[in-house]
Amino acid sequence: MRALFTVFGKEFLENLRDRRTLVSALLFGPLFGPLLFGAMVSRMLDQSVAESDEPLKISISGAEQAPNLRRYLESQGITLTLSSLSEGAARAAVQSRAVQVVVIVPADYAPRFSAALPAPLLLVADSSDAPARKTADRVRQLLANYGSGIAQLRLKARGVSPLLAVPVAVNEIDVTTPTGRAVAVLGFMTYFVLFALLMGGLYLAIDSTAGERERGSLEALLSLPVDRASMVGGKILATCAYMCLSLAISLAAFVVVFRFVPLERLGMSANLGAGTALKFFAICLPFVPLGAALMTLVASFTRSYREAQTYLTSVLLVPTLPIAFASIYSLKTKSSLMLIPSLSQHLLMTSVLKDEPIAPLDVALSAGSSLALALLLVAAIARHWRRESMLG
Amino acid sequence: MIEADALCKRFGAIEAVREVSFTARDGEITGLLGPNGAGKSTTLRMVYGVLAPDTGSVRIDGIDIRGETSRARAHLGVLPHAAGLYGNLTARENIAYFGSLQGIGRRQLRARTADLVASLAMEDFIERRAKGLSQGQRIKVALARALVHDPANLVLDEPTNGLDVMAIRSLREMLKALKSQGRCILFSSHVMQEVAALCDQVVIVGQGRVLAHGTLQSIRERGGTASLEEAFLRVLGSAEGCD
Repeated sequence: MRALFTVFGKEFLENLRDRRTLVSALLFGPLFGPLLFGAMVSRMLDQSVAESDEPLKISISGAEQAPNLRRYLESQGITLTLSSLSEGAARAAVQSRAVQVVVIVPADYAPRFSAALPAPLLLVADSSDAPARKTADRVRQLLANYGSGIAQLRLKARGVSPLLAVPVAVNEIDVTTPTGRAVAVLGFMTYFVLFALLMGGLYLAIDSTAGERERGSLEALLSLPVDRASMVGGKILATCAYMCLSLAISLAAFVVVFRFVPLERLGMSANLGAGTALKFFAICLPFVPLGAALMTLVASFTRSYREAQTYLTSVLLVPTLPIAFASIYSLKTKSSLMLIPSLSQHLLMTSVLKDEPIAPLDVALSAGSSLALALLLVAAIARHWRRESMLG
Repeated sequence: MIEADALCKRFGAIEAVREVSFTARDGEITGLLGPNGAGKSTTLRMVYGVLAPDTGSVRIDGIDIRGETSRARAHLGVLPHAAGLYGNLTARENIAYFGSLQGIGRRQLRARTADLVASLAMEDFIERRAKGLSQGQRIKVALARALVHDPANLVLDEPTNGLDVMAIRSLREMLKALKSQGRCILFSSHVMQEVAALCDQVVIVGQGRVLAHGTLQSIRERGGTASLEEAFLRVLGSAEGCD
């Protein structure tokens, strides 16, 4: 036990003195997620505000044939640019993104309209261009409204109740709460939290294993009268300490960032205060030894710092797999899923964000499965360290 | 005293060490001499117990290294082939780390470090980070680290490899001083002059076997020549069948 703490102290101190890894572990790793996230959400806000404020601008060709339609569109706040584009010219103009949407009123529009036959209109737009698609959607909606308005007038003129043409009336009820909408945006924030957690211990996991070998200090260490399990335990414990630090910094940064991002303007309320951050920390804590053991195990098998870095970069992606899987199949929180590390932390954190009640059993299963797997990995590492091949 | 008895070690198809036996006595410097790949490092690794021999045994002051590894290691200081230091720790911290892992208490460690600093002349750099030290300073720290628990026996694997002349010279002086304190010193080398300048006993190994074992004088006699180099080559040559 004493050896374990000696190893822990030395690894902790040595890592603390390495300024470059410290910056990477305690600044870059934990702050990357919150900053990226803040920037992303702010940009989304700016965009959606800009889009709803901005008047739509479209080009209309042959408007002189449809003065009524023109007045209607203008009354709906659309800025019309009058043109006389042929269908081919309109296609070219849209493709070159000179205009987003062109409405063409063909020559037979007016006669057919007067004869109460379906009057053709052409809507030219590029559906692969996201902003243009939105404009086209709005124009399509307006044209449909115009059409149904005319239809009702025609029915009335013939003494038929327009209600006959409305057999069903659909009313949508959106049950999304402001918090729920925020969760859709914040859904992958949980990955950034797990990423920061792993980044905090990444360098120490490499340095205390592959680094020890590359520096040539490993054999001297192995020739000491110290149980290898204590050595491995001390190293993993030091890695855990930095992971906890990194996790704490990351969560604090999230709390600060979301104080400045006006989520309310998107009709969302982020349930992300100090209390949530503390709950996140508690949920992630059992994942810390698991991550540390996983990284140490992988790094123990490598010959050099470089090799370890290569492999551990993929380890950083491991926690994404269950989370990605869960979002593809839109898995709901279930007790059986609590047995899968990283996924269970993701689900629990999402529940906290949604302010849903959390079953104590789920928390226990999540923590228990992560810790059990961590113990298994630590035993595997200790076994590997006892082998002669460890000398390299 | 270090006693190796009929050590054998095989790595797959390769017989790295075959029936190696020798005794390194207290107050003497014993050199394990042989060309690269002769099995010197493998032999020493079995001596300090990080490799298990397939057959044979090693005793340190009469304690079996495999049976009572920790107790035997307490009698043994080790300077492996790669004796890297922790660059971000100071020389003192490097020594203290190993001292603590050897189970030495804080007060005793301070006293012991002070002794080592004085005897190895480390006053100038004891508080400096190891990454900024010269080769000669590094070897002193590595040696102090190996000696921190005051072991009666010291094993060094190719300690002069990659050192400059000044560092080799000071290492030689340090080993002689340790010998005069009555310690048993066992070191390996492929440089004959090295061995000739230091050793009381020489164990010549080639192809994993002991080819000759004795004092410098007896090796010379055995080779039938006054030159140790000539004698060394003859002993090796007869083993490799190119005499």
